[in-house]
Formats: sequence, C-alpha cells, structure tokens
Amino acid sequence: MIAIRWRVFSLLQQFEQLLRRKKLSHGHQIKGTGSMNTDHPHAESETGSIDKKFITLREHIVEIVSDAGEGAQKAAQAFGTISAKMGNGIWTVEIIPAEIQPPPRNAAGASGNRIRVGSFHITNAGDEADLVFAFNEQVLLGRVSSKNLKPDATILLDNKWRTHKDPAIVKAYTETYDQLLAEGHTIYEVPMEQECLKYVSNPQRGKNMFALGVLCNIYKRDMDIARAHVEFIWQKKGEKVVTDNLNLLNAGYEWAEQNLDFQYEIPSAGITDPQIVVNGNTAIALGVMASGMEVCAMYPITPATSASHYLSEIFENVGGVVHQAEDEIAAVAFAVGASYAGKCAITITSGPGMSLKTEVLGLASMAEIPLVVVNVQRGGPSTGLPTKVEQGDLLAALYSTHGDAPKIVMAPATIEDCFYSIITARKIAETFRMPVYVLSDANLATGQQPFPKPKFNEDWVAPPLDLSPLPEGARPYDWDPKTGLSRRFIPGQAGGMHTLTGLAHDRESKVAYEPWINQDACKHRSLKLAAFQRTLKAPQVFGDPDGGDLLLVGWGSTKGAIEEAVTRARKDGLSVSSLHLKFLQPMASGIGDILKKFKKVLTVEINFSDDPQEEIITEENRRYANLAWLLRARYLVDVDCFSNVHGQPIKPGSIEAMIHRQLEAVPSAV
Amino acid sequence: MFGITQHITIDYDETYHSLDDYQGNVPRWCPGCGDNAILTSVQRLCRDEQLPPEKTVFVSGIGCSSRFPHYMKTYGFHGLHGRALPIAQGVKIRRPDLHVFVNMGDGDCCSIGTAHWIHAIRYNMNLVALMHDNEVYGLTKMQASPTSPRGMKTNTTPKGTVLQPLNPLTTTLGVSNVSFVAQVAEWMPDFLYEVIKAAYHHHGFAFVRILQRCPHYTPNIFDPFITNPDNVVLLTHEKGMPVRDELKKVYKNSIEHDPSDLHRAREIASMSDKIPVGILYQNEDIECYDELRRKTRACTHSMREQALEHEFSKFIIEPVTENGKSH
Repeated sequence: MIAIRWRVFSLLQQFEQLLRRKKLSHGHQIKGTGSMNTDHPHAESETGSIDKKFITLREHIVEIVSDAGEGAQKAAQAFGTISAKMGNGIWTVEIIPAEIQPPPRNAAGASGNRIRVGSFHITNAGDEADLVFAFNEQVLLGRVSSKNLKPDATILLDNKWRTHKDPAIVKAYTETYDQLLAEGHTIYEVPMEQECLKYVSNPQRGKNMFALGVLCNIYKRDMDIARAHVEFIWQKKGEKVVTDNLNLLNAGYEWAEQNLDFQYEIPSAGITDPQIVVNGNTAIALGVMASGMEVCAMYPITPATSASHYLSEIFENVGGVVHQAEDEIAAVAFAVGASYAGKCAITITSGPGMSLKTEVLGLASMAEIPLVVVNVQRGGPSTGLPTKVEQGDLLAALYSTHGDAPKIVMAPATIEDCFYSIITARKIAETFRMPVYVLSDANLATGQQPFPKPKFNEDWVAPPLDLSPLPEGARPYDWDPKTGLSRRFIPGQAGGMHTLTGLAHDRESKVAYEPWINQDACKHRSLKLAAFQRTLKAPQVFGDPDGGDLLLVGWGSTKGAIEEAVTRARKDGLSVSSLHLKFLQPMASGIGDILKKFKKVLTVEINFSDDPQEEIITEENRRYANLAWLLRARYLVDVDCFSNVHGQPIKPGSIEAMIHRQLEAVPSAV
Repeated sequence: MFGITQHITIDYDETYHSLDDYQGNVPRWCPGCGDNAILTSVQRLCRDEQLPPEKTVFVSGIGCSSRFPHYMKTYGFHGLHGRALPIAQGVKIRRPDLHVFVNMGDGDCCSIGTAHWIHAIRYNMNLVALMHDNEVYGLTKMQASPTSPRGMKTNTTPKGTVLQPLNPLTTTLGVSNVSFVAQVAEWMPDFLYEVIKAAYHHHGFAFVRILQRCPHYTPNIFDPFITNPDNVVLLTHEKGMPVRDELKKVYKNSIEHDPSDLHRAREIASMSDKIPVGILYQNEDIECYDELRRKTRACTHSMREQALEHEFSKFIIEPVTENGKSH
C-alpha cells in the first residue's frame, strides 16, 4: 500500500518540480524558498536543474541537533542506519542533555546525534563535525562553544526564528547567523516550518523526518532503503503516521534537490556478511540473553538503564527476569542471592551505583560468589556528568572495597565487544567464583557501529547445574593449593550444607578464630586471580611490536580513536604505536616487556590527572590517570598520561596533535 | 526443572530427619540469650515439617541474631548488615523449590535495612522473616536501636534516648501488600513455635517480630510482661492460631481478633502499655512477586538461538544482492 502511495506522490512531486526548478546563487543564504505555487526569483528554465557541486568524500561527520523532544535523535539514528545499510562505515553517538525536557532554545539543552559516515570501517566518533543540521541557533551555539564543529563546517539551520514574533528571538537568531557567517561557516537556511506544514499540522513533530530527507539528498542516500527504514521506525504508530513521515522524508529530499547547490558522495565498499547495528547498551542486553544468565537485578541510573530497558523487553523470552530493586544495594544483593542459589546473575549500573554496591561486591569476593557487574561509566565524582562519558571508575572498580577483595576487571573497546564481554564475564565469574566487572562507558552505551551478526554457540550458555549429592567430608571452600579454585556447593545439593559467611572463614566455611586462617583464605582467593592471569595472552601492539619512540596505552572505548591517531601519525613517519588492554585486573603477562621496548609510554584516558605544568604540581604530588597509576605500580616504568574530563569522547585529532607534541620532545624523534 | 538434576529427590520419603539433622555448630550466644529459644523452635519446626536440610536456606544479616544460620545444619547465608532480605529474595526468585527463612535483628530490619523491609512487604515473596527484637545493638556493645524504649541509657545515649521507638508492627501493617504479621516472645516457647509454624505455612511474606531478651544489655527490658502476664494480650480467633489451655491459664488476658481485619490489626499493634501476641494480620490472597515473575517455561539452546535471531533481525543489515537490493 505504502509503496503505491509513494509512486503517486512521487509523480506529483516530479510535476511540481517541473514547475519549480530554480537555480540558486552560491550565496550563503537561501533567500526564501517559495511555496509550491509561487515562482522563485532564481528559478531556472524548466529543463535545467540547480547547478550542483558534486564532491566525493572519504568520510564526513554530520550532526543533527534540536531541542529535546524534536526528534533529532530519531532522524540521526535513521541516517546512520540507512548509511550502514548502504555499506558505509558508521559510528553514531548521542548528544544528550541531562534533563528530559530542558528549556527550549538552550545551548546546554542540545539533543541529537553525531554520525560519522565513511567509505571505510569506522571505529570512533572522529574529530570536529563537517556539517550540522540545527533546529535552532541556540543548540547550534552549544556545539560551537564545545568546539565540536570544524571552523568552516557547513550549517543547515531552521529559519523559522528569523520571523518569530518575539523580537528577542529574532535578534538572537540574526546575530548568531551573522556571527557564524563572519567566522567562515557556510549557512543554508531551511524553511522547515513552512515546508512541513504542507504535510502535518504540527511541524515540531515532523521536522526530523524532513531533515532526514534533506540529508538523504545531500549524501545521495538510497531512497528505497531510506523509505523502508522510515516505514520500519513508524510502523507501530499506524498507517497515517507512516504516510505522513514518508511524505516529510520525500519533501525534505525534494527541497534539497531543488535548493541546495552541493551534493556529496561517500562511496561504500559494501558488506559481504550480515551485520547488526546496535548501540553498546543494546549489545550488553543481547549479551546477557546469549550468556544463559537468568537474573538481572538493577536500579535505574543514567547512562546504564537503557540496557535494562531493552533486556526487560526480551529477557522473559528466554526465561529470564529483570528485577528493578528498591535501590542499588538491594539490586546487587538480590543478584548475589540468585547467584548463590546457582543462577549466575548480573547487575547493571553506572558509577554512583557501583559506589553504593561496593560492600556487597566485597561480600561476593569474600564468599566466592560469581557475579557479573556492568558499570556504564559516566562523569564523576558524585553525580558528576550523568549523560557524559568518562573512564574514571577503573581504580574504584579495583580498590573500592575494604580489605583485600580480588575481582576481575575487563573493559570492552567496541560495540561488538560489549556483546561478547558479557558472555565471557559470566564464564569467568562461574569458573573462578568471583565478581567480574565489565567497564563500559557512555560513549559505547550510545554509540552505534555495525558488526558481524553473532552466530549462536551453545558454549556461551552455562551448563546445567550439577546438583548431585556431595561425598562425605566435602568442603565448601576446598581450595586447590596451587590455584585457589574450589567447587561451589549450591543449595539443593545434598551433603553440601554449610553457612556461607562474609566473616573470615576456613575451608569448611566455619568462622575463623585462628590467626593463620584469614591469611590462608586470602591467599587462596588471591591465587585464583593469578590462575586466571595465566590464561591471558598479551595484547598485540598496534603499529610496531619491536618498539619505537612512543607507545600509547589505552583501555575501553578509546581504542578506535587511539588507533586512528596512531595510523595518521605513522603515515607522517612518526615512530608511535599503541596497546589496548581488555583485562585491567589481572593484566596479561608480557605487557611489561612491551612497555620497555618504547622510549616513552603514555596512557590515553578519559579521566582526571594533574597537569604537570601547574605551578605547584611536582613529581611528588602529581596524580596520574587511572591506568597510568596501575602501569607505573606494576611495571616500574615511567608512564605518563594524556587525559581530560571534558565529558566527550577523545577525538583522534587531539591524540594526533599530542603525539606530535610528544615526539618533538623526544630527542631521537624526527 | 530449572536445570537442576532431579535424582536427589528420590530418597526424601524414606529419610526421617531428627532434630540432630538440623543442629549445626554449638551456639556461641551468651547464656540466657533469647536467641536460643528461637533456634530451638525453628529446629523443631524443621523436624516436624521434615524440611530437607539441603532444600532449606537461612539468610541473615549482621548482629548476634544473624549468627543463627551457623547453628543450623541446613544451607545458610550469613551476609551483610541490613541486606538479608534482598539476598533472600534473590535466592528465592528462581528457586521456588527452596524453603527460605530470614533472620534479622532490630538493627538489621528497622535501621540499616529499612528500605528492604518496606519493599519486602510489598514484594510479598514466599519467605519467612523472623525479626529478633532485643531493642538494643548487642554485638557492637550496647547502642540505642530504633526499637529501644524512650529514655533507655546506652553507650550512644548516656542520658537516655530522646526519641519514641519505632513500632515494627504498625509499620509493617501500613505497607501495601502486607500479608502476614505476627508478634511473639521468646519466653513463651510453645507459642513461639506455633507462631513460627503459622508463618511457615503462610502463602506469601510472613513477618514475625520476636521479643527477645539480651542477657547483657536488656535483661530486664521485658520484665513488666514476664512478671505480670496480664500485660500480655493473647490474640485468639477461630481463623487464627490454636491457643492451648495451659497457655490461657497463664495469660488470662486474651482478645478475639479476626486476623483478616486489617483495621483492627493496626489498632491492636498500636497498644503501648501491653503487648499483643499471636497473628495480627493474615491475608493469603495477596499476589506474590516470585510467583508473578516465575519462569513460565524452560529455555533450550534452540529456543535461545531463535530468540536471539529474532532480536538480531531487528537490527540486521544484509549484504546487497545482485539486483542491487537488500534482502
């Protein structure tokens, strides 16, 4: 039905197009667009079309920003998916205000997405944006002031504010417009309101699909794919809504076709195998489903919760349950209870939640209860930057519990990794009877990137519980003297009755009253980490494994940006490589040897470190970034760090610039 | 079912569990501690109900009373201060086959774990919660508890507590989904047993406040009720618990109370000069969270694969075929 309607619509459009063909000067401002029925001063003869500059690009970074609730995110996600379906490499990342509905026309309230589209595999959100589509000038200013746009970035701007009835708004709009123009931006004003009113009564709710249409034209997107996707995203809302949105999409496309004097092409290599496009939180939820875990206990917290939203939708299909507990502590305690009863469980949270869970997590280490803990890191400390990225919880993950509480800490580096990390974490947790922390972050949580569709493997799922009766004399903590490993007894298992306790305890789980027992128990719990460490392989050096002038070390979501920067710098002939750590605790053997092959080692992290240039900062009081501390402590290597807490993904360009600065300082460097 | 092998259940009917089968480590409570009476009653219940020790779990918090699981010979989980309830809920959520009991002190339940207590009532899961209330922090050496009577001198309130105590009964009875509330005292061993037994047989979350003497710090706190049984009010009703005649001889003060009458239960719970013992409220028609969220079917590998494929299909990008279209 819809396809037929489109054809009719398309014919109408072509007819109108013939009436309206026009040419624009290369001026920055489109001076009015004319409605369908009026001739435009710049109209060309009906046979010609607007002179378009066709430019082929290797990649482009596009941002769509609006007030919250205007749907820029939906449009941007659709643009990303359409591009991915065409075989382009993409990375999308959300621009999210901290509030649900912040005041409109507010620079801090920008809501939308950044989409990096390229003709190659894209691993990060890239540098400054090349083109931005803004629904008002204030959200645009937000992106300018946070230095997210190239100095000459092309701007598409809703022009409804130019004729607003409030003179203050008109003034703000025109001033911003003039200022950005003067700064060297190319600005195209888009009569979104006027155009959308032709199809819907409330343009506020339709603009986003119009904007999508404009972008589809600019980037020569396959409109069959675009229409199919728009149908898909609105199908639940009924036929009328689907039709309206398809009309808006087409209208945007046609408007751009007739009014914009440029068009880009980003060739795609295409894809050979089926892929899925999801964000990191969705990947985590899918990973939980795939891992065979049955219980997820959580408490709402940004930016982790969307993983639990999606899991709540799908988990019951595989017999699972998402329990929204009364607080973070209850959530982790509930998960610990379920795990103790043989159903390995997961709790999903963000920094503040992890802080609250700390005591229970210490119990899990002490009592050797397997547990998967996902921390989708956000800016801290305290409430910090709830919607923004940071990697500030690494040391907290390792050390926040009182006493010696061994645990495994791993960090996914890509969206795909988010999926597989959960499966791996469940296995490790059960094998080594300890909590496994998976440190994701806001960048992965909301970033989308295609990856090969996983092929289900029965090994992902926990084997059925062995509840066969235990032989007489079996001990619940019968630590293997070499590895510290022991068999877990599950309630229901005859002969295994014992009382698990968070008190220091012996092999029979009896409270320790002898002085040597606690030492012995701590030793065996620690040995498990060593036993696990022996199974890890050293990560591969990206660049030159034989060494060189500079080694960058990263962990988590920064992998793509670091490796891109290293690639660029190596093209410039610089001797720089990088190393990315998946396991932060324990760390694989061989890392120390790698570090020692480089003249300088430096971590790249999104967390706080002191600036050594500060007047009172010296080597005796300088506080390093999280991973730098760990590497310095373990390997006795002078590891420097490059870190900030801007709450934004680190851009490859800023890492690249840092590499250049560093190597200028290294005497032997070119 | 639930990935659990079945053959361990074969011998159940043939095995008789005696009291010994429930007796774990020798209790290290002080001589005269009221917890001993509670332990004995619970062990007796386990024996009388023939609960398989391997299918029975006692979850506790931290404090003197929370040593309880160590003295049972079942499975036990001696966890963290205040967190016994959410841990017990986690144990139960996917293991309906287990009998789960919770032991908490007044500090656990009414202070550090209050949020869990309130929500446990609302979840109404099939658990038996025993709150050992000695109205003082004992293990940490005599600090005021939320249930300490006003004016009680402790190490943190040398001039006497300044606040009125929290009433655990009215609090519990004020929460949505409350389904079983009882009060009993450890110095009434037979009645204690009967109340715990009724709690065990209740469908839903059974909350029992047990008044319990601490021989060190609150040895005389319940004297008005022990020395003068007329200050104890027995709750009797045909729908309630049977009360033996011998008990009625000692505790002459009794009132007929229909345990389905929530309004009256709240009035009784508010008594300040006397203590009511027996079932204040019971309603087995309240839905239980563990049953509402129970697993409706087992999940095989192929079902899991299918479910995953279904999800992947929502996000799929297929290679472009020869005619230039996606699948």
